[in-house]
Amino acid sequence: MADMQRPLSPHIQVYRWQVQMVSSILHRATGIALSVGSLVVVGGLLVLAAGEEQFDCFRTCAGSPLGLVLLFGWSWSLFYHLCNGIRHLLQDAGAGYEIVQFVRSSWLSVAGSIVLTVLLWAYVLMAGGAA
Amino acid sequence: MNAKSAVVKDRRHPLKAARGLGSAKYGVGHWWTQRVTAAALVGLGIWFVILVLGLLHADYASARAAVAKPWNALLLIAFVLTVFWHAVLGLQVVVEDYVHTRWKEVVLLVAIKFLAVLGALAGVLAVLRIALTP
Repeated sequence: MADMQRPLSPHIQVYRWQVQMVSSILHRATGIALSVGSLVVVGGLLVLAAGEEQFDCFRTCAGSPLGLVLLFGWSWSLFYHLCNGIRHLLQDAGAGYEIVQFVRSSWLSVAGSIVLTVLLWAYVLMAGGAA
Repeated sequence: MNAKSAVVKDRRHPLKAARGLGSAKYGVGHWWTQRVTAAALVGLGIWFVILVLGLLHADYASARAAVAKPWNALLLIAFVLTVFWHAVLGLQVVVEDYVHTRWKEVVLLVAIKFLAVLGALAGVLAVLRIALTP
């Protein structure tokens, strides 16, 4: 239906970058990333059901450099989507709609997700590294 | 304003008044389900991260035993189902917003639903196999 040639909104290029816009875009991006990650979670359950050999193979992949980078990305995505998701739920309840609050809570989502990710991987390192 | 013109106004088809005055589809249901699954996932997501952290250096047998525990199996099934439900709702909005060719939009939406149902069923089946086979 929108195959017609007409300008589409929003025209991102005319906006100055601001944190509310970043938090919104990141929420979608991390949501897409987590959807892919949920397939990996199911993969983990399937190899656990399949047998020790498959499980060890999965674990080796997860512990490889590429696997760790992906796990790191997914962990941050999860924490960001969690923090910003709670923020959205509070906003849906009618709270925090002043522009100042909106900007502050955007930063809070970003900062909170980084803190939680650092804490998670600090725990992993202290527990003797991943996999 | 005489009686005659009022009568003429009333002759408009009722559909004329209804058109353009809101959705005839499932917007509210979608919105609510997205929020309810989100609220569930706040708890389930945090629980899942803690579960995985607890299995950091577990061998195969103890990982399996942990998943087989009744509460863990139950919550894992709830987690998998809720995750895929929430993912379908979210991805649907993304596709509807950014894919502007109707047939591509429909194909993507259906493909996402198929994949999510398969993923959810596979996840549930795997947990059941682990929980029910000694």
